[in-house]
Amino acid sequence: MRHTLAVLVENNPGVLARVAGLFSRRGFNIDSLAVGRTERPDVSRMTIVVEGDDRVLEQVSKQLHKLVDVIKISDITPEEYVDRELVLIKVHCEAVHRGEIMQVADVFRARIVDLGRKTITVECTGNDGKINAFEEALRPYGIKELVRTGKIAMMRGTRFTSVSGVRDED
Amino acid sequence: MKMTGAQILIQGLLDQGADTIFGYPGGQVLPIYDALYDANIRHILTRHEQGAVHAADGYARASGKVGVCLATSGPGATNLVTGIANAYMDSVPMVAITGQVPVGLLGRDSFQEADITGITMPVTKHNYIVKNIDELAITLKEAFHIASTGRPGPVLVDIPSDVSAGAMDYDDPGPINLPGYRPVLEGTEEQLNKATAAIMAAERPVLYIGGGVVSAGAHEELKKMAELLVAPVTTTLMGLGGFPGDHPLYLGMLGMHGSKYANYAVCECDLLIAVGARFSNRVTGKISEFAPEATIIHIDVDPAEIGKNVRVNIPIVGDVKIVLNQLLPRLAAKLPGAWKDKISQWKKEYPISFKENGNLKPQQVISEIYNVTGGAARIATEVGQHQMWAAHYYTYTRPRSFISSGGLGTMGYGLPASLGVQVACPEETVFNIAGDGSIQMNIQELATAVNYELPVNIAVLNNGFLGMVRQWQELFYNHRYSYTELSNPDFVKVAEAYGASGVRVTGKSELRPALEEAVRNSKPVMLDFVVEREENVYPMVAPGAPLNKIIG
Repeated sequence: MRHTLAVLVENNPGVLARVAGLFSRRGFNIDSLAVGRTERPDVSRMTIVVEGDDRVLEQVSKQLHKLVDVIKISDITPEEYVDRELVLIKVHCEAVHRGEIMQVADVFRARIVDLGRKTITVECTGNDGKINAFEEALRPYGIKELVRTGKIAMMRGTRFTSVSGVRDED
Repeated sequence: MKMTGAQILIQGLLDQGADTIFGYPGGQVLPIYDALYDANIRHILTRHEQGAVHAADGYARASGKVGVCLATSGPGATNLVTGIANAYMDSVPMVAITGQVPVGLLGRDSFQEADITGITMPVTKHNYIVKNIDELAITLKEAFHIASTGRPGPVLVDIPSDVSAGAMDYDDPGPINLPGYRPVLEGTEEQLNKATAAIMAAERPVLYIGGGVVSAGAHEELKKMAELLVAPVTTTLMGLGGFPGDHPLYLGMLGMHGSKYANYAVCECDLLIAVGARFSNRVTGKISEFAPEATIIHIDVDPAEIGKNVRVNIPIVGDVKIVLNQLLPRLAAKLPGAWKDKISQWKKEYPISFKENGNLKPQQVISEIYNVTGGAARIATEVGQHQMWAAHYYTYTRPRSFISSGGLGTMGYGLPASLGVQVACPEETVFNIAGDGSIQMNIQELATAVNYELPVNIAVLNNGFLGMVRQWQELFYNHRYSYTELSNPDFVKVAEAYGASGVRVTGKSELRPALEEAVRNSKPVMLDFVVEREENVYPMVAPGAPLNKIIG
């Protein structure tokens, strides 16, 4: 099963290498990893999607906790959460197909961000399923280049993840 | 007060109670060595950086303090790696300090540059590169804190030479703040209650103890608990000395080279209480058939150890000493019963033994070292057959008396480690029990022993083979002794060339006088015991076999 982990880490050099190295040497499979700073400049947040059963997840979480730079790990999979990923896709586009591709983009609420002589570049945000469907819809035209950010996620409602764990806004 | 980075480093070491360091100079640690020249710290110059790191490790294991080693950048730093990995596997508190090229030259493949923080990431508890002199004092404080608390381990601090040579107005670094590092030390009520109920209900309990008992200093509590419950105690290699080896409840080691009775007891127990141990594959044998009838309680300070290798019914995360002190008042004394009788029967039936044939046997050498020292020596070992015989035929009655590379299995560990032990315990008799293969991996440290007048006794069990590998080739590779036969130097002459004493022993009658003389002698001595060539270590469980399929 896939789990989504929200991992708060100290914004120190090398922290990404520590986390990535841990996953590879312990044989854990990362589906995606997205990292950036949070509302606190000294704290970064990683959203890690990892595949494995409960036992694997328990080890992932415990081993991550052993890293001194890791402050807090929350497995938000069982929670209600919003998750998003951003994709940029450069599609081959002859002039005759331009309207068609723009219609596809419209269906997925994607935005055209660039036009070339024979290409069109679109951006789309959404969850995993939507991004995959969008990619499939564009594949017949010829995808020249594709880049995904990896998933980021946040709990819904008043619950939130902070350096002191999952909490509720009073 | 204006201080250089090197002076701040030394101040930090002294503040942390480090009065001895093991090191080797080089270009990028010149500023540090200049400060050491008139510092109030004892520096032991080894003859190889690997010697320094193992000596710091041996010092830490014998004393319980943080071991400190120092090496230059590049090859100096990479030569520490095996020793750091060794300390990491055996949870030894250590701070390794390395020089580094100046900050401006980092990342340019400068002369003697190696990314030692990158290299040691998987084998340190934590590591640092200090790029700013302002961070040096607090980093050092954090390094010692991390190395010595929770599950102990090595921490590396990499210091570019412009940081150690730089200067600043020094101020006390103040308290440390590590939000991501908060070891859990006490067991929870709920888990303690569950454990208490399981313990009181058990009829056939076994205590399985590891290095955690030794490092937490929980040996007294452990003994109380064993006696209260009339529970037999088996130890891992790392746990030797954590429970008195001459105690009637002692079962010896378990696992691949455990005693038959320890392995049978684990196979038939209905409750296994693991204390500061980590269910290594050398201990469990075939994991699906390990302690098949037992409820397992696992007490460990590292939560990641729980459930890593075996299913655990009742985990208790916490410092072993604290948790045992929490448990003890909840337990009621039990009476000896059928379980104790059964174990006594096994002990009578299957003692660890060897056959005499007139030749000098390696087991005899160890037994005689025990007799001559009255069991009071600190014993370091290398890795191989001699290590297992040292575990079987010497009785360890106190913690920190058996100093050996357990997890990593590092040949070449014993000699430098024994020097660290001797530095930590100057009044005690120290032995390094070695094989003729292992001793040659760090034999240059004989010079250190002579240089600092460290009177270690080196017992080489010389069989002309890499004995343990040969044993496996005999048993599992049809006697095909591929590259395991050694052509050795004359160890007596080697010892003498270094300025140590050398003695060759070929027969049983020379054994005792040679050992007595070695212990009396205040010089380092290398004893070359020419022993039976193809002796095997028994009992033995084949790799991957269940513990009750034990041979020999």
